[in-house]
Formats: sequence, structure tokens, C-alpha cells
Amino acid sequence: MDLGTFFVQLLNSVQYGLLLFLVASGLTLIFGIMGVINIAHGSFYMIGAYLAWSLSGAVGNFWLALVVGVALSVALGLVLEWLLINKLYDRDHLYQVLLTYGLILVFEELRAVIWGNDVHAVPVPALLKASIPLTENLSYPVYRLFISAVCLALAGLMYWVIQKTRLGMMIRAGASNREMVQSLGINIGFVYRVVFAVGVALAAFAGMIAAPVSSVFPGMGGQVLIICFVVVVIGGVGSVKGALVAAILIGLIDTFGKVIEVQIGGFSVLPELSGMSVYLLMAVVLLWRPQGIFGKRL
Amino acid sequence: MNDNQELNARRRTLLKQGAALGGVAALGVLPAFARAQSDKIRIGLMLPYTGTYAQLGVAIENGLRLAIDENGGKIGGREVEFFKVDDESDPAKATDNVNRLVTRDKVDVLVGTVHSGVALAMVRVAKETGTLLVIPNAGADAATGPLCAPNIFRTSFANSQTGYPMGKVLADRGVKTAVTLSWKYAAGEESVAGFKDGFSRGGGKVLKELWLPFPNVEFQPLLTEIASLKPDAVYTFFAGAGAVKFLKDYQAAGLKGKIPLYGSGFLTDGVLEAAGDAAEGVETTLHYADSLETPRDKTFRLAYAKRFKTQPDVYAVQGYDTGLLLVLAFSKTKGAVDKPALIKAMEGAVIDSPRGQWRMSKAHNPVQDLYLRKVVGQQNRFVNVAVKGLDYPPADRCKMASS
Amino acid sequence: MTGRVGLVAAVVAVLALAALPMVAEKFYVQLVTKILIMAIFAMSLDLLIGYTGLVSFGHAAFYGIAGYALALLSPQYEAASVWTSLPLAIGAAALAALVIGLFVLRTSGIYFIMVTLAFAQMAYFVFHDTKLAGGSDGIYIYVRPVAEIFGWKPFDLENFGHLYYVVLALAVGVFVLLRVVLASLFGRVIAGIRVNEHRMRSLGYPTFRYKLAAFVFAGALAGLAGWLSAVQFGVVNPDFLAWHLSGSVMMMVILGGMGTLVGPAIGAAAMMLAELWLQGLTKHWQLLMGGFIVLVALLLPRGLLGLLTTRGGPTDSTRG
Repeated sequence: MDLGTFFVQLLNSVQYGLLLFLVASGLTLIFGIMGVINIAHGSFYMIGAYLAWSLSGAVGNFWLALVVGVALSVALGLVLEWLLINKLYDRDHLYQVLLTYGLILVFEELRAVIWGNDVHAVPVPALLKASIPLTENLSYPVYRLFISAVCLALAGLMYWVIQKTRLGMMIRAGASNREMVQSLGINIGFVYRVVFAVGVALAAFAGMIAAPVSSVFPGMGGQVLIICFVVVVIGGVGSVKGALVAAILIGLIDTFGKVIEVQIGGFSVLPELSGMSVYLLMAVVLLWRPQGIFGKRL
Repeated sequence: MNDNQELNARRRTLLKQGAALGGVAALGVLPAFARAQSDKIRIGLMLPYTGTYAQLGVAIENGLRLAIDENGGKIGGREVEFFKVDDESDPAKATDNVNRLVTRDKVDVLVGTVHSGVALAMVRVAKETGTLLVIPNAGADAATGPLCAPNIFRTSFANSQTGYPMGKVLADRGVKTAVTLSWKYAAGEESVAGFKDGFSRGGGKVLKELWLPFPNVEFQPLLTEIASLKPDAVYTFFAGAGAVKFLKDYQAAGLKGKIPLYGSGFLTDGVLEAAGDAAEGVETTLHYADSLETPRDKTFRLAYAKRFKTQPDVYAVQGYDTGLLLVLAFSKTKGAVDKPALIKAMEGAVIDSPRGQWRMSKAHNPVQDLYLRKVVGQQNRFVNVAVKGLDYPPADRCKMASS
Repeated sequence: MTGRVGLVAAVVAVLALAALPMVAEKFYVQLVTKILIMAIFAMSLDLLIGYTGLVSFGHAAFYGIAGYALALLSPQYEAASVWTSLPLAIGAAALAALVIGLFVLRTSGIYFIMVTLAFAQMAYFVFHDTKLAGGSDGIYIYVRPVAEIFGWKPFDLENFGHLYYVVLALAVGVFVLLRVVLASLFGRVIAGIRVNEHRMRSLGYPTFRYKLAAFVFAGALAGLAGWLSAVQFGVVNPDFLAWHLSGSVMMMVILGGMGTLVGPAIGAAAMMLAELWLQGLTKHWQLLMGGFIVLVALLLPRGLLGLLTTRGGPTDSTRG
């Protein structure tokens, strides 16, 4: 692999990883702060993608569609938390899994009812349609650079909110000791609702900006969910920093695993088994640190 | 829990089990009474009506219905009753879906499907039950290869049959190296294998075979890899929405125009409107083209466009030919579901198809002309005949063909 | 299972099931066969979720591995032997459970749920992405395994009636076996682990080994269900290991009432019959199914069986 190709594959890896991070960060925040395992999280990603498709078709403008889509997702998150999720806080993880699994079925079918089961393309917004020539043969689509940039910006924003604002302080405190925070007069229910809605919005937003490069199809929620779980396990439950590191690692392994060739004793390991590579990484991390890279001791 | 409560618990459990059982038993007996004698020929349609191949399923059914309606809406003098199942291109649900058509709806003829993996499930059930199966698209080589059977016919193509001519054409032109890229499932693997065979026989070399899992469309790392390998040509197999995305991504990666792209015709059939200028100039080989300009084709295209308000594609032709085959076979048996006679009729059939005349091979796959086409302004323009009367893959793997 | 009434009730239920093929059409006999296989699968998971307190979200992996073992052991156009393929398939599933168990049992709680899911996904990819076993199309088993010993054929699995009785016998057998095991010392230790693992460890029990044993045993039984499924459908594909299946069987266990064995069997029947019924009602039946599951999670902590019984089994008074 020459240097130019290596660099481009690096770009590909980082872009994929950052997108994953955006989705996984919502999942890990909800785990870490509210102790709720939400396996319907992938569905929000799918909902975001379908929203991007239908809204940009209806509104005609991708950017406007993004704004409306995020607003709708936040609303969805608030309603869901108020109706269902807040009943799960003290329940066994098993019931959280059961309820959110039911939600997956509901969301998938609602999607089929509202938007159908077909595969759709979302056009790249005109502003970002260009490609930058990188090597003699290859150009890199500007839109993918945009995705990476947006994800990084959001990561920075998340860091700032959680570490440097009052809201962030309340969130961090609520994660460690809910009763204490409540007894100090802070409305922890409100904090939880906001966190959940933000988590939903992050996943949906990721789906929206990913739509032009991934297409919009029914199975996309399930696909992203599993990888998100791996990100969270590797990074450590509740750690946004861990999610970022893990997501980039996974992006690298997944992308390079698809193109480099590795043979062990005549048996082709890569790219044959590239689909497994991410899980092998997880297995290794589990052996070394079962709580994940930045997770708290189990 | 004390004995009394345990007793009650067990009683209730038993009652519930008994009720469930009674319900199931009742359900089991009723349909036997409900099945009245029907005078219609029962055709089971198992096609994808949703998912990445939805458009194809609709086109096939359209073609089939057109052929039957052109025959007065009847087959062998009898009316037709359709039983439809959406197979969602999902091999996991396939056996259940076919069983529903064969065991519950008791169809006389099975027609389906698009996805090769699903079709193989249909082949298996058809072999087990002896039901007549006509495959209007799925090109799984095995269906007319190792898994062939007297009651299984195909009116479309074999996967490798559409890849082979492209390889031959490129080799004849003097192209030296190629890279292949496709989904890793039967259709993709066989198409690429056919291409490789045709290409290497003419002295070409495939540098690398790139794969991604079906129906994944994240092509970016693989496009980057193609650019670094710098082959003379790229051969791909994609269909439906995946084909559209690939054509667009290929262009966005700047490869279009630098490294020529080729494929079997599915890359550009039925997708040109969505793909726009990303498909312009792409050459493919297939058993049909948009501008064959034969009287037969023109009549068909006019009738199809008039009825369905859209231009037909190769899938519509395959559906249409399936209808022609059934009309022909049942006319020979005067409408009777006489399997040996129907099979004999189908084996000897010569179909006057919009794609040109074709006949059944010994393995029950079409022996047909393969055309070279080029995309010119939203049409797959006919260039020339790449291979005439191609009987491929070699029939030696089908036991009934080589006996 | 105390008292003669309980025994009589059980015998009557089994007799009713045994009479089914004589009154019902082939389609329905095949349906109940499918339900019974799922019941075995669900009971095996109940051992983990309901009795040991291990919420495994990757149980389909063992089911699928056994199915693939049969497919790989079956020569292309001939039959494998029941007496070799069944033990080997179960053995493969048990071995996989051992290896995976060694990794996943290092975690607990949320992590355990996620890593079991992830490992099952890894197994899924082994079968989906590699040439090892037919890739995403799977493998077809053209001839069902034969049960011949020294020329004598006790049953013919190609006959759907024989297959039904074999499955019924195995389902009853698994139920009895599990009841016996759970009543033994082993059963009481894992119940103790579910309630309070630290306490068990401080009492001197090597809890990791007990959990691993339960995990392997459950995996083996799931393998039995997988082998039977492969026999019934004649095809194995990666979806045998899909997380949707792991999720489905988990729902069956919880829906029916975990920690009771009978509950999950009922849950399996309930879910499959509900699916069939709902599918007939509307194309969008999953919406109703999903809504139903959400309601069950909110309102029925002890599942359907909890509706029927006043006080439940081992789950009673141990869940807060």
C-alpha cells in the first residue's frame, strides 16, 4: 500500500469512526448517567436517516431538513422518556432489554407504515458535492470531510458542556449519586429527560448526515446498534472519552481489515474475516480490561 | 407454595395448554373443509415486493400478467388465480414462505424469485414436493447445475452466463488487467467467476477480487483500494439500489473516466433514471438491451409502456417470457396440470421473446444471445452481439443434462 | 411438580400433544413441531436467565452452530447419521459455549448482556462472511439424517409425523432433565448465585465454574434445538445466529414467565401462535407484537405464567 492510499484509507477510517462515535456517545451517556440499557438506540439512527430522506424531499433543502429533523428527534426523545423510559430506572436490566426490544419492533414497523420498506438514496447537498483530487486516480468527496468535521465539533461541544457547564455538573453528579443530587434540590428527573433527548438526537443526527453516504435502508438500525455495543464495551460504559477512542479504533480496524491481506498458514484471514475483526478486538480488550479502556472497575 | 396452590397452578397451566391445543387442532381441521374445488390454475408468485429488489419484483409480475392477458387472460383455456408472497429477498424466511404457497395454498405452479439465495430455498422445496417451479430471474448457477431437476425451469439467465461474455469482450479488445468488485453472495460470486473465466481464457488477469457483504453499500475503502491497484478495467456485479449507489460513488471518487467500469447488465438495468450521468458510457453485457429495434421487441415495449406507464427492462421481459412459457405449456395439455406433459412441453419450447428467440438447454436454462450494450443518455443502447446462442455454464454439473 | 394431580395434568397435556397428528393437517403438525423446538430453545435459555441470573443476549449462537454442524457433516446429496451428527452438533455447541463463556463470564450486569450479544455477532460473521459454510446463502441439507442402527430404522425423519414425535419426545425429555438437574445440588447452587453471588463465594463455592457449567449446559441444549431446526427446514443460514433470534427467544422466556421452565415453553407457543395470528391480521403485525412486548415489560413482571399462578417459582421474593 503506497503512502497516498494509506492516507486516504486513514481518512476513511476516521470518518467512519467519528460517525460511530456520534451514535455510541448517546448510548453510553444514557447508560452511564441513567443506568438504562436502551437497545432501541439503533432505531433512532434509522429514524434520522429516513427523516433526512423524507424531509429533504419535502422541504427541498438538506440543511433545513437537518434542523427540522433534529427538532423532531428531540421531541421524540422527550416524549419517550416521559412515557416509558422513566419507568425503567429502578428496574432490572432484563426488563429494560425487553421493553426496548419491543420498541425496536414498534419503530421498525412504524417506519414501514410511514416510509415503506424500500431503499432510498439521499442526494449530497449541492454545496458539498465536489471531490478533492488526492492522487492521480482518486478524489475524496468533500461531503465525507464535512461529516468528520461535524462529528469532531459535536465531540468538542459535548466535552465542553459536560465538563464546563452547570448542566454538565448536574449530569455528572446525578450519575454518581442520584439521591444526593435530588436532596440538594436539583430536579434530577428533568436532567434525565434532557440527557435522554440529547442521546436520541445525537443518534438521529448521525443517521441524517450519514444518509447520503450510506443510503437509507430498513436494516440500518440493527447494523449500527451492534457495533455501538462493541464501542461501548471497548471504551467503557458511561465514558464519552472511551467511546471516542474505541470508535476510532474500530474505524481503523474495520476499514483496513477490508483491504489488507493477511494469511496465516495458507488460510486467508484478511480480508475474509474482516467482519469479525471488530469483535476480536473486543475479545482482546475483555481479556485485558473487562470494564473497557476507560470504564470504572466492575 | 403449598400443595393447594400448586394444584391450582397446575390446573390452570393444563387448561391453558389444553385450550391452545384445542385451538390449534380446530385450525387444523377447518381448512380441509374450506378447500372447495377450484377451476382456476393456481400460480404462486414469490417475489420481492419490498427492499432493495422491490422494483424488480414489480416488473416481473407486470411482464407475467401482460403475457397472460395477451392470451385472453387464460392459460390453456382456464383462468388464473394468483397467490402472492413478499419474500423480502430474505433467505432466512424463504423456506417458510415457499411452504406456505405449496402446503397451505397448494399452488400448481411456483414462480419466483429475484434473490438467488431465496430461489435456492424454492428449488429445495420444489424438488421435495415435485411442484413445478419457473424461475423468472434468480441466476443461481446451481438451480440449473448441481441442483437441477425435471420440474425446475428458468426463463432468465445463469449468473455466470452474463459475466462470461463481458470477460471475453474485454480480452478480445486486448485489456490486460482487471479488478472485480461485488457483493459476497451466490449471484455476485458466480457473475465474477463467469467474467474471470471469459477474461482469463483470452489472456487477461484479474489482479484482485474485492467483496462486501450483501446488501452493504459502504464502498469507500474498496474504491480507494481500486485506485491504488490501477487496473485497466473494473468489473462489477450490483443490482437495484446498490447499483445506483455504486455508480454514483464511483464517479464521486473520481474513478469514472480514469479506470473504465464494466459489469453484467444488471449494473445499468432499471437504474438509469436514478443514476443519472454517473452511468453514462458504461458498457455491460446482458441478454437484453433497450434498443434492439426488432419488430417483436417494439411491439412488446409499446404494449408494456401503454399499460404500466413506464419503460420495460430485462426483468419485465423475463416475467413476460415466463408467461409465454406457461401459456405454451398449458396449451399443449389443454389446461390440465399434467406434470410430465407440461415438463415435456417446456423442455421443447422455443420462446419468441422480445429479447430474441431462445430455447431451453438440457439443464433447463435459456440458450440465448448475449448482447454488448453501452449507456447512452438514459438508455442501454445495443452495440453488437457479444456471444451468439450461449449455452453457459457448461452443463456437465447437471445430472439430467449430461445423462 | 408435586402431587399426583400435577403428574396427571402433565401426562394429559403430553397425550393431547401426541394425538395432534391424527387430527390436524400437515401444515399445523409442522407448525407445532416448530413450536416444540422453540420450546426446547426457550427452556435452555431459562436455565440461564431464570435460574442462574445470567441474561444472555447471544444464545442463538449455540443454536446456529449446532445447525451448521449438521449441515457441514451432511454429505451433499446423502444423509448423515442421527447417531453421529446429533452428538457432534451438541458437542460443537457446548464447545462454543465453553470458549465464549470463558470470556463473557468475566463480566456481569450490562456488560454481560452486551458481550454475549457481541460474541454471537462474531459467530454470525464467521458464517456470513467466510467460504467456510456457504456464506450469506447458507447451506442446504438435501436429505435428512437417518436413524439406522444395524439395518433397523426406528424412525424416518423424512416423515413429518415421525419427526413430530421425535421432537415431542425430546421436548418432554429436556423438560424432565432440567427439572431433575435443577432439583439437585447444582440447581440450588446456581439459584444461590442468582440471588447473591458474593455470599455463595464466601461460602466457598467456585461460582465461576458453576456459572460456566450452566452456560455450557444451556448452550448444549440450545444446540439440540438448532440441530432439530436444521433437520426440519433442511437449510441453515447465518440468520440461525442472528441477534434477532437471540432477542426473540429471550422474549419467549420472559413473556412466558422466567424461572419456571413451563413458562418459557408456553411463551414459545404464545409468541409463535401470536405471530401467526397477527400476520394474518395485518401486514404490520410487528407493530402490535412490539406494543404487546412493551406492555408485558411494563405490567407483567412475572410473564404470562405469573398471570395464572398466585405465587411463582424460584423468581418469587428474589426480585425487587
